[in-house]
Amino acid sequence: MAHGPAKGITRWLYTTNHKDIGTMYLWFSFAMFLLGGVFALVIRAELFEPGLQIVEPEFFNQMTTMHGLVMVFGAVMPAFVGLANWMVPMMIGAPDMALPRMNNWSFWILPFAFAMLASTLFMEGGAPNFGWTFYAPLSTTYAPPSVTFFIFAVHIMGASSIMGAINIIATILNMRAPGMTMMKMPLFVWTWLITAYLLIAVMPVLAGVVTMMLMDIHFGTSFFDAAGGGDPVLFQHVFWFFGHPEVYIMILPAFGVVSQIIPTFARKPLFGYASMVYATSSIAFLSFIVWAHHMFTVGMPVAGELFFMYATMLIAVPTGVKVFNWVTTMFKGSMTFETPMLFSIAFVILFTIGGFSGLMLAIAPADFQYHDTYFVVAHFHYVLVPGAIFSITAAVYYWLPKWCGNMYNEVMGKTHFWMAFIGLNLTFFPMHFVGLAGMPRRIPDYALQFADFNMYASVGAFLFGAAQILFLFNVIATIRGGRKATDEVWENPEGLEWTVPSPAPYHTFSTPPDVK
Amino acid sequence: MCIRVKRLFACLLVLLTGLSQSALADEIERWGVNMTQGVTPVSRDIYGLHMDIFWWCVGIGVVVFGVMFYTMIVHRKSQGAKASNFHESTTLEIIWTVVPFLILIVMAIPATNTLLKIYDTEDADMDIIITGYQWKWKYEYLGEDVSFFSNLSTSRDEIENRVPKGPNYLLEVDEPLIIPVKKKVRFLITAADVIHAWWVPELAVKKDAIPGYVNESWTYVDEPGIYRGQCAELCGKDHGFMPIVVKALPQPEYDAWLVAKREQAAALKALTEKTFTFDELYAQGEKVYGTVCVACHQSGGEGVPGVFPAIKASAIATGGMNGHLDMVVNGSSKNPAMQAYGPQLSEVDIASVVTYQRNAFGNNMGDSIQPIDVLKFKQGQ
Ligand code: HEC
Ligand SMILES: [Cu+2]
Repeated sequence: MAHGPAKGITRWLYTTNHKDIGTMYLWFSFAMFLLGGVFALVIRAELFEPGLQIVEPEFFNQMTTMHGLVMVFGAVMPAFVGLANWMVPMMIGAPDMALPRMNNWSFWILPFAFAMLASTLFMEGGAPNFGWTFYAPLSTTYAPPSVTFFIFAVHIMGASSIMGAINIIATILNMRAPGMTMMKMPLFVWTWLITAYLLIAVMPVLAGVVTMMLMDIHFGTSFFDAAGGGDPVLFQHVFWFFGHPEVYIMILPAFGVVSQIIPTFARKPLFGYASMVYATSSIAFLSFIVWAHHMFTVGMPVAGELFFMYATMLIAVPTGVKVFNWVTTMFKGSMTFETPMLFSIAFVILFTIGGFSGLMLAIAPADFQYHDTYFVVAHFHYVLVPGAIFSITAAVYYWLPKWCGNMYNEVMGKTHFWMAFIGLNLTFFPMHFVGLAGMPRRIPDYALQFADFNMYASVGAFLFGAAQILFLFNVIATIRGGRKATDEVWENPEGLEWTVPSPAPYHTFSTPPDVK
Repeated sequence: MCIRVKRLFACLLVLLTGLSQSALADEIERWGVNMTQGVTPVSRDIYGLHMDIFWWCVGIGVVVFGVMFYTMIVHRKSQGAKASNFHESTTLEIIWTVVPFLILIVMAIPATNTLLKIYDTEDADMDIIITGYQWKWKYEYLGEDVSFFSNLSTSRDEIENRVPKGPNYLLEVDEPLIIPVKKKVRFLITAADVIHAWWVPELAVKKDAIPGYVNESWTYVDEPGIYRGQCAELCGKDHGFMPIVVKALPQPEYDAWLVAKREQAAALKALTEKTFTFDELYAQGEKVYGTVCVACHQSGGEGVPGVFPAIKASAIATGGMNGHLDMVVNGSSKNPAMQAYGPQLSEVDIASVVTYQRNAFGNNMGDSIQPIDVLKFKQGQ
């Protein structure tokens, strides 16, 4: 039944092809990335100077909330699912995903979820304004009416993620080419397998917590309402039991991506493959027992504080192993610095800096000073922007020639890299300083001593935003034309995806390859 | 703004030309790039932990990034580097698993000690109940019969850039929390509506204020002074506008303040009996409205559509006096954001603000109410 894609819009609506669905996920996530970026620029524009200039506090809170939700659920997660769709079957020698119809469905419910979420901006009372962590009772008793739409949107996103995760697990466990044993799988496949299990474990918890909110708001329960005998802290425990694994859901596939890219451009096999797999698994395990380090100031008993402090500090060990492995992979290699490699090296350096601030935050007594300040904002943007976003960008540059058959423009790619790199550091590095000096997060206006660094951060944010326009331009230009890519694209890269022609035909591995 | 842009260039210049070390150090000092050491034994311990872990990170960073940059400079294809093929070394992997683990233990010990110290809230000399409200703090001195609210005192004009901003912009309040120095002061922290967090960096106290919970924390300040902080947990629209100011006084001055505070409360109570003119009520009401109600109902009484109703031409503010009084004294049964102001404001303030609302913003009801009638209304319930 080998045939090409259907014509017109129905190709995209009805498609069950993993490459088409991967493409749609990636474009969707890029659109969300720009939308979430615009929200971020509204925030940075308001914070350019002390005083209220551009937006009212009420709207500012809607912007911080929507920025977080759109970036986490709309940009980062779908982008990794898109990469998995494109690459996992090609990397394990499978003809497609295991459950192609569900694949179509799990993508196509996403635009509805985000249309619903975005529409709250135009509702009376405005969009959700309680932060992406939506702590009760601010998000229940005190929420704007649009919170109900937010809850349904989260339900749909969760359903989409769970279906995507089931599909990825089924594909990896059942569809590997003969000879592709588990310990021969590329690391991107490994990290995604583990991520998929995390998703299945925690997305139902998220669904549970928003359902409890829904009950509190509309059906008279008091899960989180102290006046009715409920417990606002319960909300935080349930939320972070989802939320902490969630941050690893956003970073484990990134580990996989750079573990593919660094060996290619160092021309040397990945150092410590097995320990990479074990480190990823232990990080995933630990991610379930550290959630309350987000809640050191809620007044837990001291035994709880100590447990969560020790467990959190432990995460540094497997994370360190990964960083050391990447550095050792580069050591005594024969390195070149094409755009994907630049983004990957920046990933290693900046993610490590984010890891350092994470280690500092793990120290519970010190966290009393860091918690809910810009130091935390700096920390998680250092792990998410050069972490998740840079790895996604690196992946796009790395595999784009395979996807569309053309080489991207290297000069433009490098310009994009340097603009993004400088913009990002100018934006987020000063946030460490203002945080330590005492600036709380999520405030629309601030005391005068924070003025200078905030101004730099705002300038950096606009530079970072501009860099993404260049990225968009480069990708479109590459799809439309450019130098033809060879089948291998790079010099002797490892992996089955490089054994098929560029661009990859609509159907690959209809007969399984031989894996030695 | 112009000044800051100039400062940016000045600073870049200093950095670029590596001008003088001390100038740079001064700049760093003035800019505030690090955590405060604070003024309590605990805050100094925390600062010590912070610097220890920071230097560990710097050390590890120097090694890791050192190797990375070395290899990026030396092992390049353009330098003719040939790739070797090693990809395993059990020794190396054991070393870099065990060494970080040992470092973590070295850090965990002092961190545990400090944490135990912070959690030791026993044997306090005095207790203060701190309650977070949208968007102000209430302080009650346990057993002293003294309690008051503390509101932001920065003017709307400063916030909306109509006048220059003062030096303590957004970090100033109408009534600071007063505590004595060299006493173990225990804070019992809770909230009346949503979750807030009471944070003063120089005391190194940050504790969530959660409705239905009473969290404990404590401080021991050794120097008299004024210490400023802010609410640290997103609590709605004016989360950024509910600062904390703590004034630590020597014991005798603190005692004198307590006495004066009690007298002031008695005097205020006596005013309930007094009859005020319309203009007095209106003027006082404008003040109360400006500190307490303006956050939601806005300075022109226009409210925030869909969130907070307008007072201008509102059915209740232009309806019967009792309905209006009921809303202000008992709050709204439908929307908890409209709190019960009966227990929060004095009779004089309630009478004034109701009179003001009925006559400002073009409501022009022409009527007014006396404090004694507010008292009767409260007692009649
Ligand atoms: C935290 C926000 C907030 C603050 C501060 C606040 N209010 Fe309200 N107010 C509300 C909300 C919300 C309602 C709507 C209540 C409802 O729908 O039942 C309301 C309603 C009212 C109404 C009835 C308006 C109408 O016609 O529906 C009056 C009168 C009023 N408030 C007076 C005051 C006074 C006086 C103060 C200051 C002492 C004050 N409010 C402070 C939030 C606030
Ligand atoms: Cu608050």
